[in-house]
Amino acid sequence: MSDQVLGKTFGTPVRRVEDSRFIQGAGNFTDDVIHPGQTYMAFLRSPHAHADIVSIDTSAAEAAAGVRKVLTGQDYADAGLGMLFCGWGSQSQSGEPQKMGAYPPLAHGRVRYVGNIVAAVIADSRDQAKDAVDLIEVDYKELPVAVDVLDAVKDGAPQLHDDAPGNLVVDWVHGDKDATEAAFAAASDVVTLELRNNRMVPNAMETRATNALYNHGRGEFTLHISTQNPHGLKTFTSVLTQIAPEHKLRLVADDVGGGFGSKAFVYAEDAITLFAARETRRPVKWTCERSEAFLSDAHGRDHWTKAELALNAEGKFLGVRVHTLANMGAYLSTSATLVPTYMSAPLLTGQYDIAAVHGQVDCVFTNTVPVDAYRGAGRPEAAYVIERLVDAAAFQTGRDPSQLRRQNMITQFPHTTAGGLTYDNCDFHTLLDKASEAIDYAGFPARKAEAKARGKIRGIGMSTYIEACGFGPSKIIGSWGGQAGPWESSEIRVLPTGGVEIHTGCMNHGQGHETVFAQYVSDAFGVPMDQVELLYGDTDRGQHGNGTVGSRSGPVGLGAVAMTCTKIITKAKTVVRHTLGAESDDEIEFADGVFTRTGTNLALKFAEVAWIANAGITIADTDVEPGLHAASNFDPENFTFPSGCYICEVEIDPDTGVVDIADFVVFDDFGNLGNPMIVEGQVHGGVVQGIGQALLENTVYDETGQLLSGSFMDYTMPRADNFPHFRVGMHGTPATANPMGMKGCGEAGAIGAPPAVVNAVTNALNIDHIDMPLTAEKVWAKINSTSA
Amino acid sequence: MKVSLTVNGQAETQEIEPRTLLVHLLRDQLRLTGTHVGCDTSQCGACVVHVDGVAVKSCTMLAAQAEGAEVTTIEGLSDGANLHPMQEAFSKAHGLQCGFCTPGMIMTATDLLRRIPNPDEETIRKELEGNICRCTGYQNIVKAIKTAAEAGA
Repeated sequence: MSDQVLGKTFGTPVRRVEDSRFIQGAGNFTDDVIHPGQTYMAFLRSPHAHADIVSIDTSAAEAAAGVRKVLTGQDYADAGLGMLFCGWGSQSQSGEPQKMGAYPPLAHGRVRYVGNIVAAVIADSRDQAKDAVDLIEVDYKELPVAVDVLDAVKDGAPQLHDDAPGNLVVDWVHGDKDATEAAFAAASDVVTLELRNNRMVPNAMETRATNALYNHGRGEFTLHISTQNPHGLKTFTSVLTQIAPEHKLRLVADDVGGGFGSKAFVYAEDAITLFAARETRRPVKWTCERSEAFLSDAHGRDHWTKAELALNAEGKFLGVRVHTLANMGAYLSTSATLVPTYMSAPLLTGQYDIAAVHGQVDCVFTNTVPVDAYRGAGRPEAAYVIERLVDAAAFQTGRDPSQLRRQNMITQFPHTTAGGLTYDNCDFHTLLDKASEAIDYAGFPARKAEAKARGKIRGIGMSTYIEACGFGPSKIIGSWGGQAGPWESSEIRVLPTGGVEIHTGCMNHGQGHETVFAQYVSDAFGVPMDQVELLYGDTDRGQHGNGTVGSRSGPVGLGAVAMTCTKIITKAKTVVRHTLGAESDDEIEFADGVFTRTGTNLALKFAEVAWIANAGITIADTDVEPGLHAASNFDPENFTFPSGCYICEVEIDPDTGVVDIADFVVFDDFGNLGNPMIVEGQVHGGVVQGIGQALLENTVYDETGQLLSGSFMDYTMPRADNFPHFRVGMHGTPATANPMGMKGCGEAGAIGAPPAVVNAVTNALNIDHIDMPLTAEKVWAKINSTSA
Repeated sequence: MKVSLTVNGQAETQEIEPRTLLVHLLRDQLRLTGTHVGCDTSQCGACVVHVDGVAVKSCTMLAAQAEGAEVTTIEGLSDGANLHPMQEAFSKAHGLQCGFCTPGMIMTATDLLRRIPNPDEETIRKELEGNICRCTGYQNIVKAIKTAAEAGA
């Protein structure tokens, strides 16, 4: 663990203030609320991956008991409401903008994936709505289907959208093609891999849910929603659906049961819930069932990649060249094209000093669920490519993978990469050293021999990842085609009795913001943590926000809070100066919650100043405004760059192919930590999702576009007995992009773990590559097709 | 039809449809929303409650089957004044993040210690096979249950 302690509470492992309600069953998740007059919505979803809707007969459903309304794509179109589309504008090599494809929330004329919403039923009970869905008759004319990216780009492949010939959304390029070709021409070794980054279903334990209220008299909507980004989605939902101007739309998220990226988008169900509330003038609630979530939550990953690494005779990396086909699914989700492009390719050089990089990313429509950000979002895909390439290079050129990494690592900071990012402050060698020491890297041959004596095949693998976090610097995001800068707001209101309200646009959904933000402000004002309250998740409260994505809440959200704390102290000093009769604010000192006039024993506690400022009486004859509140917006100059070294040891049973994680060591550099206990918990969760991707989880479609892994019975969720006890260490170099020196920790585990596991298995089996997930069946087949 | 049962010590009689699941009776009619629904295939364990002292997935039991039963939900686990030691242990060990799986985890864990008072780590991990958490990676949940066992929960 880090020994970094920044304040009395900030930097220490304080127990979480939000725990109390959850351990007593007193949380308030979206489905927990039933409004007066509540109605319930259920959807008819397409059973076909690609079909024309010839006719829809809703008459029996409309006549069913309890049914208030049945809505179809025609109703949505007749209402003149807007389409969903991607909020990111990438460009093809030719300079053409990406092809959007029309995305009506209720399918109109054609369905393009199994799960595409065809109709919505609103009824007085959940069961009545579901029963009535079964009474809707739809006549479909089935069409040919493209499921896999490699099939979807073939000549003659079924076309999903008229505006996207060849199903190509964008063919985006990154880096310097000529320099990269020159690097490869000069290479003595070129390592080539063709690999798949397997498709994931995020599966937050709380499924998505919406509950919309429409105030007809005022024309106002309130959408209760399980989301990671209420403020951002308020703007976006208003702009896209055009159902309500932004000032007439309020989004409220109380407790949110995980998201992992999947709750950061505008979904069809959100638009339909608002539409349904308007049409019925009743509160309309939709709670996603798990099997429905598999067919409607944006999936993650799903890349096909051909990757090449050029080395000289000494093992120096000269260049990286990558071509990826990224599956977008049937429609573009909110940040679909951002993920495989800008959030991935600039990190293809990893922790290494590589002078040339060139990436081409073709985003491709297929007849599958839309794909978008999932924990790490693009950065796990990049780390997987480079870390697999390095191990394949070590394997093919007969080098030690650890040594090959060490010799190519960047050692001087700041460092601007060939991909255009500036890593501000990192220490890669130390992470590698500490992780190697913790797992006893040098002692591995003895453990391998001991395992062999037991009939097991042991392997060791490492990954050294780096990610760009703290979304984000508006200047850089804008240069990438972003339409809105992801800066963050904060407001602090000091109440008359000394209580402190912090408002943020970040959205706690398990990360412990209520604790960490209160820790910071408690230190800043010298008040107990229980006098500080974090308020979030309601667009009627904070002024602006970009939610919790991209490990931004600490680096950016707390950065905004830090600025506001400074403003509050400055204002308070002015109030104290007048109260204590000082000539200037410079005569007022503030420490440990007490303001003193320099050179005197005159002092006021923070709470006393809160009263004086808010009461306003004693400062009424000065030029000081009454009140003690302030607001700030923080827009960082750069990303933050968490990095780490993960080392995994596996034991494989050659008779069954079962891969057992024998040991797993993590060393992360998250800069300064707000709460080490929470940070370690984030790592545990991320590592398990990463190992889940590497060993267990996979999203499987058959050739007709039916989802075969559509429930927890079929999609292997990681469980407690799949894992050993992880050993987690920290080595922090402070970030320079925010006043706290924090880098963000939410995504790291899911980035660093997959290549570490796969590298351990390829090491064990003495092979250059095997695609995830490394199921027993696949590993057994590999063992039996090689001499391993 | 009517069903009569005792929930957290309170006698309840409710009019239900025969197809009503116990979890929906608890959540929608008795408004005990601490018991959650995380899946529809009896896999995730977010809905675990105690029926006559034994852990049960309340999504896998008809409300009608609970006729005459004593049901304890997460809301009824503490004595009202103090947290149950398992609740305390989950917070102390940081065994929860988003909190959605937590009630089911705690109800499963208390049932585990009723049957096996001092489980080792491997036993705890195997016993959690029916409860899915997507946030914590399980490590601190295992730690919480160990902590509670050591405290004699």
